[in-house]
Parts: sequence; C-alpha cells; structure tokens
Amino acid sequence: MIEIKNLSKTFTLHNQGGVIIPVMQGAELTVAPGKCVALTGASGAGKSTLMRMIYGNYLSAGGSILVGGVDVVTAEPREIMALRREVLGYVSQFLRVVPRVPTLDVVADPLLAVGVDSDTARDRARDLLARLNIPERLWSLSPTSFSGGEQQRVNIARGFAHTYPAMLLDEPTASLDAVNRETVLSLIEEAKAGGAAIIGIFHDEAARDRVCDREIDVSVYTPNVTKGAA
Amino acid sequence: MTPLLKVENISKFYGHRIGCKDVNFDLYPGEVMGIVGESGSGKSTLLNCLAGHLNPETGEVLFEMRDGAMRDTVTMSEPERRMLSRTDWAFVHQHARDGLRMNVSAGGNVGERLMAVGARHYGNIRENAIDWLGRVEISDTRVDDRPSQFSGGMQQRLQIARNLVTGPRLVFMDEPTGGLDVSVQARLLDLLRGLVREMGLSAIIVTHDLAVVRLLADRLMVMKDGHVVETGLTDQVLDDPQHAYTQLLVSSVLQV
Repeated sequence: MIEIKNLSKTFTLHNQGGVIIPVMQGAELTVAPGKCVALTGASGAGKSTLMRMIYGNYLSAGGSILVGGVDVVTAEPREIMALRREVLGYVSQFLRVVPRVPTLDVVADPLLAVGVDSDTARDRARDLLARLNIPERLWSLSPTSFSGGEQQRVNIARGFAHTYPAMLLDEPTASLDAVNRETVLSLIEEAKAGGAAIIGIFHDEAARDRVCDREIDVSVYTPNVTKGAA
Repeated sequence: MTPLLKVENISKFYGHRIGCKDVNFDLYPGEVMGIVGESGSGKSTLLNCLAGHLNPETGEVLFEMRDGAMRDTVTMSEPERRMLSRTDWAFVHQHARDGLRMNVSAGGNVGERLMAVGARHYGNIRENAIDWLGRVEISDTRVDDRPSQFSGGMQQRLQIARNLVTGPRLVFMDEPTGGLDVSVQARLLDLLRGLVREMGLSAIIVTHDLAVVRLLADRLMVMKDGHVVETGLTDQVLDDPQHAYTQLLVSSVLQV
C-alpha cells in the first residue's frame, strides 16, 4: 500500500547563508495493508520529516513514495489533494481548523469531502466523539477554545472519521489518560483489521509494542555529516 | 479531466515596468488556487488580466465554455466577455463597494445579476435573493435596506451573494477578507469554504494573508516583482518553501 524507495531530502536555507542540510538519504520502507510500522530514532533523526514527505507537505529531493499507486514525489497538487481526500489520512499532533466551526462539523468534514451524506457523516462523528469522551455539550462549540487534550482527541476523531486505506499517525497517544489511550489504540487496531496500512510515531513504548508489527529506525537514513555551504 | 482555465504566457507591462511576466498555469474544476506575494508583486495585475479587467500584452487565457470548447477570453469580443462575467465568472472585490451598487437595496443587488441573465418574474427573483441572503447569513428583514446601511462584513457577504447567485463556475477573489476584523474574517472564511465545496466552485484567490490561503486554497502561486517564483501544493509551499523569497515570506509571519 505504501512503498518508499531510495528517498532523499535536503533543506536549503537561502536566508541563512544558503546552508544546505542533507537530512535523509536512501530511505526504503514498505507497508502492506493491515500492517503498522513504527518509525523510531532519536529526536531530530527525521521521523516527522519522513512522515511529512509521505503526506506531501515536504518536497522530496529524490526517490519515490508510492501510496495506493500514486507517486507523491512527482504528483500534481490536485492528485495529492485527491489522495488525501480518499486514500491517505494523517493525524498530526496539532489540530488546525477554521475558527468558529462546531466540533461536530470539524469531525464530520473528511466524510463530507468524500461525498458521504450529512446525516451519516454526523452520526459517525457523534459516535467517535462519544468514544473519545468529548462531552456532548461541547460538540456544538468550536474546538479552538478546548484544552490541549480535548483538541487532540477531536483531532483523532477527525482523523479516523473516514476509513482511509493508508494512515500516518504522529504521536496519537501522547498526553492522553489511560481510558482515552485505550480507545485510540483500539481505533488503530480496528483500522488495521479493516486493512489500513499505517505508519506511526509512538514515544509510548507499550502502545508501540501493542499495535506495531515492525519498527524502522530512521537514523540509519540520516546522513551523519552536516555540511555547510557558504 | 480537462482544465477549466488554461493560462499561457500572460504578460502585462505598465510602460516599461513589469506588471506580471510569463505566467502559466492550469486550473482544474473544483480547484482553489491562492496567489500570494507582497504589495506590488503583480498578483492583482495578474488577477485583473485573467478576469478581463486588464488587457495583457501577450498570452492567452483559455476558458472552457459550457459547450466544452476552450475559448481565449483575451481576444473574445467585449459583449461575449461581459456575458461570461455575468454568468460563469464572479469577481469578489476587496472593497465591497466596488462590487455592489450602493444606492440599490440588498435584494436589488442580488436580483440585478439574476435579471442580467434573463430572470423576469419579480416574485421568483425576490425569493431567490432572500434565499441567498440567508445563505450568507443576512436576515430577510434586511432585504430592502441599502448596503450603505450594512457593516463592512455584511457588505462583503452581500457581495458574495450577488456574485454566486447565478451559479458561476469560476470565482476570482481579490483580498476577500482584507480590511475585516479577525472575527468577521473567520466567519467569512467558513462561509466561503462551505460554498466552494457545496457548489464545486473553482476559485483564484489573491491575498497577502498566508493563514487565509492555508485554509482556503489547495495550491499556491508565489509572486515577486511580477514573476512567479514558486508554485505547489499549499501545505508544501508553506511548510517547505524552496525559493529564497518564499522562505523569507513564510518566516516573516508573526506567530499568534
């Protein structure tokens, strides 16, 4: 489902003396449907960078990233938009929403985007919000005023609303209490059972051991010298 | 899928100063493209060339007509272009008063565009106008008031209703949220996003507000000194800018 070959990435900082920082070289990774792979490595090893390259937020310098047959490295913006709508979900660490939009609509939004009718989408959103213990009285309010933990759970509900065949999870269990952590882990297990290919970053080792089939240490793809060019 | 709009080598000069130079892109149905850059970068010049308000020196703006044929709107006759701008195109100005008739009632402003495409039944026009005022969150009790009695945010929403009532396929927006309070901006953004999705609109939005394009645009074009310096998926251009100018632009945004 997700197939990464010989992937590389550099950052060029034009406004800081044109420094070129190579951050990844020769990355290889394949994830089959129904499997979950954990990215590991020290902070700064490039876990989030790799995830953002797969989602298309970061431009790759070379190699290929096939997700459901689309090469994210060379795809047109509209192909990536379609991929994100239908195939590739991403639960980031931060919730980013249009202010003023009620929580229920924030969660239902990915379903409306793929053409699910409004009633079905809202039912699914209610179900997820209830499972993640967001009190019903908050559903009609915008999540921008929620606490950090609540925002993260809204973000997770939104990420799991549509059943994507491929998913990226960036620390989905961070700062959650035991009950909600359990709910998130079962959502991940359900997604896997439904055939989703998942790549995740988990600092929570117990969670990683429970849901992940394999671990990839991304630091093996980090070039060890950082060269500066004036 | 074929593009709705094909822009080829558009250049516009003011004397020997460059307005915009050699701009090329395709816009597909349902796509929202943002154009960003500092003032004087040529983004409004480009938008006005695309919308037929300015005549570019070189290039073609090919638009897919309802019969599927691609027509160059730069060389088409003035009546044809006027017809397009009343039907398939919409233009949302930064200052609502540039896009509204200030001495005509709110309902009249919306109804006028319907009459321009042939609607004649007063009852239907009024009903349609009230429906659209509701969609942009203006109460039906205000239908007979003039826009001069409206707040800035309401005027902007009225302008949007007036533009979208004829069911256009392509909307040009020039700083649609510029000069509005942030709370009013948020409401307008939410409204625009909903309408774009619901009506399957394609849109080109010129703005200098990177937060606005992040929320509204699928893809982004960055302009500097009349040239396009970078294009790509909105998130990618904002999160991993490649060109020196874009890096400067993105890193200059104040964090709230």
